[in-house]
Amino acid sequence: MLEVKNLHKAFGEVKAVDGVTFAARDGEITGLLGPNGAGKTTTLRMLYTLMKPDSGQVLVDGIDAAVDPISVRRALGVLPDARGLYKRLTARENIDYFARLHGIETALMHQRREKLVDALEMRDILDRRTEGFSQGQRVKTAIARALVHDPKNVILDEPTNGLDVMATRGLRAFMRNLKAEGRCVLFSSHIMQEVAMLCDRIVVIANGRVVADETPDALRAQTGEANLEDAFVKLIGSEEGLAA
Amino acid sequence: MKSAITVFWKEVRENLRDKRTVFSALIYGPLIGPVMFVVLMNTVISHEMSKAEGPLKVPVIGAEYAPNLIDALKQQGLEPQPPIADPDKAVRDRDADVVLRIPADYGKAWTRGEPAQVEVIYDASQMGSGTPTNRLEGMLKQYSGQQGALRLLARGLSPGLAAPVAVSERDQSTPQSRAGRILSFLPYFFVIAIYIGGMYLAIDLTAGERERQSLEPLFANPVARWRILVGKLGAISAFSLASLVLTVIAFVIAGGFLPTARLGMSFDLGAGFVADAILLELPLIAVFAVLETLVAAFAKSYREAQTYLGFLMIVPIIPSALMSVLPVKAAHWMYAVPLLGQQLGISDLLGGKAVAGGDIGLALVCGFAAAAVLGVITAWVYRSERLAISA
Repeated sequence: MLEVKNLHKAFGEVKAVDGVTFAARDGEITGLLGPNGAGKTTTLRMLYTLMKPDSGQVLVDGIDAAVDPISVRRALGVLPDARGLYKRLTARENIDYFARLHGIETALMHQRREKLVDALEMRDILDRRTEGFSQGQRVKTAIARALVHDPKNVILDEPTNGLDVMATRGLRAFMRNLKAEGRCVLFSSHIMQEVAMLCDRIVVIANGRVVADETPDALRAQTGEANLEDAFVKLIGSEEGLAA
Repeated sequence: MKSAITVFWKEVRENLRDKRTVFSALIYGPLIGPVMFVVLMNTVISHEMSKAEGPLKVPVIGAEYAPNLIDALKQQGLEPQPPIADPDKAVRDRDADVVLRIPADYGKAWTRGEPAQVEVIYDASQMGSGTPTNRLEGMLKQYSGQQGALRLLARGLSPGLAAPVAVSERDQSTPQSRAGRILSFLPYFFVIAIYIGGMYLAIDLTAGERERQSLEPLFANPVARWRILVGKLGAISAFSLASLVLTVIAFVIAGGFLPTARLGMSFDLGAGFVADAILLELPLIAVFAVLETLVAAFAKSYREAQTYLGFLMIVPIIPSALMSVLPVKAAHWMYAVPLLGQQLGISDLLGGKAVAGGDIGLALVCGFAAAAVLGVITAWVYRSERLAISA
């Protein structure tokens, strides 16, 4: 369960996040939808405690991120916007490094890693150095690395960015699986169809503010548009930065 | 602690796979000094030796005016060369190190019993002119003294009359301490080995990770940033230490290839020297690891950090440079100053003197204290929000 309450964050004059409030529940996929530069990444970065909000509160499973950031990070699995693999290490070494940083015992680490390797279908690349990986292979490795500690809450920043059709389909199936396991999945995207297809709930962000927080059906009803894309355009008030 | 160790091993393993880092930390950094040292010293020593011991070849102008003088000089090892037209130009152009000219009225002055003038022409600003000039002047002085004594004896006087003061020299240096003097630059090479040994790692572990955007996922782990920093500093220090150990050992081995005995010097550095030198340099390893990381934390990219750290390399030169122009008398407080203490201590060790335990202790305590202070500052910079965000 992820909750953000009235978050604000400014960089100099620019108000990147200007009063964002929403919640992402367990066993649901919540989509954070907005055009480029709307404040999605900054909001997520405050959620996983990389940044401190100027004001507002972040709660992860009821733990206040300002009070106990370490416990919050332990409860989260994060795929940041920057995938940042270690290119001189193999995929397996990348995953194991993070597992050890979480303090996971060797036997459990092997078990978790094997499960993720199968789920993400990445056995063929496991013992290759990540230098020269394709975008899809990089995302798979980064996701396995982020989830090796079996977190209840999963945050994915633009996970399908730059992936081909097959890789995107695989990743969507993986996310549905996470939901089926009862996890709380929050992901950001600027791609309409993807959000519409996957999400139980859509939080639309524009200019640092939440302009809608509904189920896909309710969103259509609220805007009076049968097409979700039209609903979205109506909500953010422009067609800028959209991708179908 | 466990997480710091995890970071440490990952960084060590990852960087051992990086050819550039391994080359600079474990080959270039530690070996450039000793190799340069052996090649340079051997060239210089054998060059000087041949000038100091071989026959002294000097063009002589007007040799026919002073056959006796020339004969006497020949006995002392002079090999007169044919006269040259323009001796002033010849020494300026380095065609000759030194030229001897005997004026036409030499014989006349000699028979009259007046001081007979000879000219020694040289250019003191030319490297290599010193030794032959000194040798020639020495030969002339000896001949002059001999002839003066003979003249006094011929008049029934004691030659001692002409030398009211007898100087006897008592050089307190030992072969080892003389060797210490020509090795005074050695502490600088040790410092450089430490600096270069850790430099690429320091850049890679902070600025490099930032550039490759891997700090953000790393910081998303439930590990306090200072623990990550400790692991990284440990990895940098390990590479620095490896580099230092290789340098010290390489120098000890290199010393064996020097013709030091011919110089009346001894270059006897054993296991004791290795152990003491490394012990004394330990705090510098920590200071540089932290300092390099701190500087790299301000850089946005690998290249930027490389530039900054290139500038910073000037710092360790300062004490060495100062001490080579100002002969400083060592005081105990100097051991409290990082770099200066190491410079002093290593110089003493090279000269065959032991460094007092108290001084080593002072250098260790103050050095590590300086590293700790810098470490706190670096940890504070590491906490900054901007550090993790590359874009």
